[in-house]
Amino acid sequence: MRTRYLIIGNSAGGIGAAEAIREKDRKGSLTIVSDEAVPAYSKPLISKYLSGERTIENILYRPAEFYERNNITFLSGEKITRLEIGSKTAHCEDGKLIQWEKLLLATGGKPIIPGIKGLDKEGVFTFTSLGDVMAINKSLTRGQKAVIIGGGLIGVSASEALFKRGVDVTVVEMKDRVLNTILDEHTSFLAEKAFRKAGIKVITGHTVVEVSGDDSITEAILDDGATIPCDLVIVAIGVLPQLVLASNTEIKINRGVVVDRYMSTTCLNIYACGDVSESYDPVYDENRVIPVWPNAYMGGRVAGFNMAGVRTEYPASTSLNSLNYFGIDIVSAGLVTSPGEDYEVITRQENDMYKKVILKNGLISGLIFAGAIEQSGILFDLMKNKVPVEEFKQALLSDDFGLASLPQKLWKEKLQT
Amino acid sequence: MPVYTEMKKIQINEDFCVNCGLCKVYCTVEHSQTKDIIKAFKRENPAPVPRVRTESNGDISFAVLCQHCAEPWCVYSCLTGAMHKDLESNAVVVDEDKCVGCWTCIISCPYGILTRDGDHRHVVKCDLCPDREIPACVDNCPNEALTLVMDIEEVCQTVI
Ligand SMILES: Cc1cc2nc3c(=O)[nH]c(=O)nc-3n(C[C@H](O)[C@H](O)[C@H](O)COP(=O)(O)OP(=O)(O)OC[C@H]3O[C@@H](n4cnc5c(N)ncnc54)[C@H](O)[C@@H]3O)c2cc1C
Repeated sequence: MRTRYLIIGNSAGGIGAAEAIREKDRKGSLTIVSDEAVPAYSKPLISKYLSGERTIENILYRPAEFYERNNITFLSGEKITRLEIGSKTAHCEDGKLIQWEKLLLATGGKPIIPGIKGLDKEGVFTFTSLGDVMAINKSLTRGQKAVIIGGGLIGVSASEALFKRGVDVTVVEMKDRVLNTILDEHTSFLAEKAFRKAGIKVITGHTVVEVSGDDSITEAILDDGATIPCDLVIVAIGVLPQLVLASNTEIKINRGVVVDRYMSTTCLNIYACGDVSESYDPVYDENRVIPVWPNAYMGGRVAGFNMAGVRTEYPASTSLNSLNYFGIDIVSAGLVTSPGEDYEVITRQENDMYKKVILKNGLISGLIFAGAIEQSGILFDLMKNKVPVEEFKQALLSDDFGLASLPQKLWKEKLQT
Repeated sequence: MPVYTEMKKIQINEDFCVNCGLCKVYCTVEHSQTKDIIKAFKRENPAPVPRVRTESNGDISFAVLCQHCAEPWCVYSCLTGAMHKDLESNAVVVDEDKCVGCWTCIISCPYGILTRDGDHRHVVKCDLCPDREIPACVDNCPNEALTLVMDIEEVCQTVI
């Protein structure tokens, strides 16, 4: 088959692109291919499915009629195995060939599988797709014990879901604190305290070196020789860009697929976005892989406009995370700990409220808000747009910080008054 | 063919704002269960949350409301699809049942105007008061510091 627009990957990035294309071009043939046999769903919500809080229908990202309404050919359960860039042809696993005019790689990430002995045994799962949680769901019986390898966002998300299903959960994190890439010490500690209070066991500073048992697993062995009895192991170390399609082609790859500010790869008419790509991060002033949902959607949106012929620049975006586990609300963005002396850190703490901002040369390079999170968006916007804040930096963390705290010219512009 | 709609916009006129806070009071009442000012403020549990904020700095004061952005970051960053542009009114609205309260929209909003509901279960925001001709904040502003203007906007036909 032939299609004007071919999108590989039917998640945040792919849908962002499809929606943007259809805003500009209602007619050009548009095909989305996904190796998952479900309509687009919210990956971050797979935990809510596993916990039993949501059905599959309730974690779908778009309404059922989305594809039809937008005149999109959706090839679900179809895996693309190879790209032939010269002839602009994608080869599917079942032999189908798809010729594209504009191609988007929105293939996302794949779970990192560390070299731990015994991970091939029954009862070991990853936690990055609906397929994963459906398989975990099937294996759940009463009175189970689980070990989660990795205390990052995915591990914590898996822990909460399993905990809600009555599983006895132990999280093992190699570094000295959970969520260490998206939180600072104070907030990591807050999170850890909340997990422990709920009844989740947290082991930090150790790794699992072996998962043992005959066919199915019986225990996880730690680097200090300690053993944790378990019949379920979740590997949640993180994700890496899914690069199979781009590797061994002319498409330039660094850590992820390299894209310019228009989300174009180094090959003409081939774009990339989301977890598979490296896009511009103003905090580091370089391209980085930032595996978060909002950036995948935004990157897809920009790619879609450019694919439809409307030249659009990627608005700078950096990492951002928000957590709502066991009743603690925390948001963070950019840097979460100060990398060195040329950074200034301002913090404020009162009861359950904690706020921190990291500055460099009068620009915001990171923030964490816990408890009172509502004003964080204003700071995030100042950070993304590199607005100098030196003049009013003392106000950034105050209770009544708002647009009125900014120079008049700025708020007038924003509010169009 | 692009489709256009007439869209309500709330214009902020800071020169007339005396920071009386009535916009907040009536927004709260309008979005309460009982729509009764006494019950809304004294009895309802969880307490209803206003979707407008008043700010002041020296002599200047104004109300901040959702701007129903043409390029709404909250919609693009929403993990669930709960936040969307309404196909008819073009307003940015949240499907509260679909929202899981991840708060990604809160950190994404350049105005810092999205808030958690009283129970911290889902996000709440300005909905331009769909049950009223004139939004409660505008209707109850004694000084025309908030006024209603009609804008012509292109309807986004794809997102949801
Ligand atoms: C448990 C969990 C919790 C998370 N929580 C959050 C959170 O709270 N906030 C946040 O911002 N982010 C969160 N994330 C990250 C977020 O889900 C990702 O950043 C986002 O999904 C990336 O979107 P994407 O479109 O780039 O790729 P993906 O969502 O990874 O989708 C890529 C799709 O392409 C398909 N595909 C890949 N290769 C092929 C092929 N060859 N042929 C056909 N189809 C293919 C894949 O199967 C997949 O369906 C979480 C992730 C997980 C796993």
